[in-house]
Amino acid sequence: MNTLFVTCAVLVVSPLAFVLFHLIREGASAVNLDFFIHLPKPVGQTGGGMGNAIAGTFELLAIASLIGVPAGVLGGIFLVEYGSEQFNTWVRFWADVLNGTPSIVWGMVAYGLIVLPMKSFSAYAGGLALGFIMVPLVLRTTEEVLVLVPRSYREAALALGLARWQMIARIVIPTALRGIITGVLLAMARIAGETAPLLFTAFGNNFWSRHLSEPIAALPLQIFAYAISPYDDWHRQAWAGALILVLLILGINTSVRFLSREKSRRI
Amino acid sequence: MATDTTTFVPPAPRPRRWGDLVFRNLTLVGALTITVLIILVGYQLFKGSHIAIQKFGWHFLFSSTWDPVQEQYGSLPFIYGTFVSSLIALLIAVPLGVGTAIYLTDLAPLWLRQPLASVIEMLAAVPSVIWGLWGIFVLVPWLRVHAYPVLQKTLGFLPIFQGPIYGIGMLTAGIIVAIMILPIVTSVSREVLRSVPNLQREAAYGLGATRWEVTRIAVLSYARRGLFGAAVLGLGRALGETMAVTMVVGNRPEIAKSLFAPGYSLASVIANEFTEATTDMYLSALFELGLVLLGLTIIINAVAYLMINAITSAETRRVA
Repeated sequence: MNTLFVTCAVLVVSPLAFVLFHLIREGASAVNLDFFIHLPKPVGQTGGGMGNAIAGTFELLAIASLIGVPAGVLGGIFLVEYGSEQFNTWVRFWADVLNGTPSIVWGMVAYGLIVLPMKSFSAYAGGLALGFIMVPLVLRTTEEVLVLVPRSYREAALALGLARWQMIARIVIPTALRGIITGVLLAMARIAGETAPLLFTAFGNNFWSRHLSEPIAALPLQIFAYAISPYDDWHRQAWAGALILVLLILGINTSVRFLSREKSRRI
Repeated sequence: MATDTTTFVPPAPRPRRWGDLVFRNLTLVGALTITVLIILVGYQLFKGSHIAIQKFGWHFLFSSTWDPVQEQYGSLPFIYGTFVSSLIALLIAVPLGVGTAIYLTDLAPLWLRQPLASVIEMLAAVPSVIWGLWGIFVLVPWLRVHAYPVLQKTLGFLPIFQGPIYGIGMLTAGIIVAIMILPIVTSVSREVLRSVPNLQREAAYGLGATRWEVTRIAVLSYARRGLFGAAVLGLGRALGETMAVTMVVGNRPEIAKSLFAPGYSLASVIANEFTEATTDMYLSALFELGLVLLGLTIIINAVAYLMINAITSAETRRVA
């Protein structure tokens, strides 16, 4: 019987091994300094890079975080420090339901909110769509971390005469800060690879974008465009971009988990 | 009491009330963002799709014509494609995911459990577009040349395994989606199995059950509902998978008998055609597809949430 379950586990893990193997084999050869600093070359010319797409991904992440982090962190604080049982159940339920909605739907919302009125695809729209996805993610992780702050810390702070908000801002949040940052970084890693919500918001761009109200390139968008193209050169670039994206995301993931594990060992 | 020389001075009414009021309301705004998002997504999609809803009504859901030139829109092939690829994904992912979860909670050596769980979390972190890329260049050629011909030879008497093999198609989309929902099915199943009280296992061992009998009788039957919830949650994720499906499903709005044939899904038609929608009615029909997708995933996620929470929190309550 045991072999059956071992087989299950091996089958579950093997796609990861395969995808990493192929990413390295196909992508590593096209990754060099040029890849990080150059613009994509037109069809037929070899070389070129995804510098603008890499920069675009970071810009979009920054805009998304401006929306997702404050809303999510503050919301999480409310649930733990002020919320009633009934209110919290309601918010938690909807946050989990939102976490399960397809990301492309948020692209449509941002399209209706920004692209239609401004009559242009833009970094704002792409960032907003990603920010929407971030809010419930950050809210839930912040909540989970704040609950772990011992009750005695709060009582001690209140007994020293701090107002409730000072207790939260000076004691609770600093205590849980590492966990909150972990949650935020994991949410960023999650949205960094999102493609669908960017298709008709950020749209993509083959040049450096000068303004946030213009279409902007993003690494996942560029990978998608190159992957479905008929050119071998572009396929190689797609693999290289995919390798960078996966290294970025798995890098954030593993380092963050390592950090948070260090912490829990110390407590 | 009267002899007490030091009199108790009640503390002055708390100062800095403003700070509390401002801070509380600020955080409340954060929490209400969730409600705002729900209303916003519903409103935007309704607004975007109202001319299509007005024109086609319920017919939109049951018509299988998708013809932008004639301005005729029906969503049936997409709903069919979404469900079929998701069901294939569930058929693969649920047994594997639950099996792995059992291995992780009851059978694996202790030193292996945490690393294995971390690897599965890493699997979840790989973005959809990368599975699509890998699907196009690695999985599809392999399936076309090696796996599908064998499948057709052995099970070809079934209509679902007949017809030409392209490599891309419904079955391939199902396999890719299965890989992508495996982590969530596994981790939620694991949580559910962990919430089964040890007393349950010990009692079965005490009655002389073997290891497998303990798992089957004491653990699985106890956790049945939660595991079903994990499957439903996986279904919710599968329905909304976009990029990888778009890249391997074949993108043809047809209802074909064969699983080797290309199909289409709700999310992938939106991804492919949204920027090409030249008329208002076309765009509106795409918004309506989004609305259908949103409705389906909200209902399914809500059901999964209730099923999983019922079991995991009931257990913690009983223990506490």
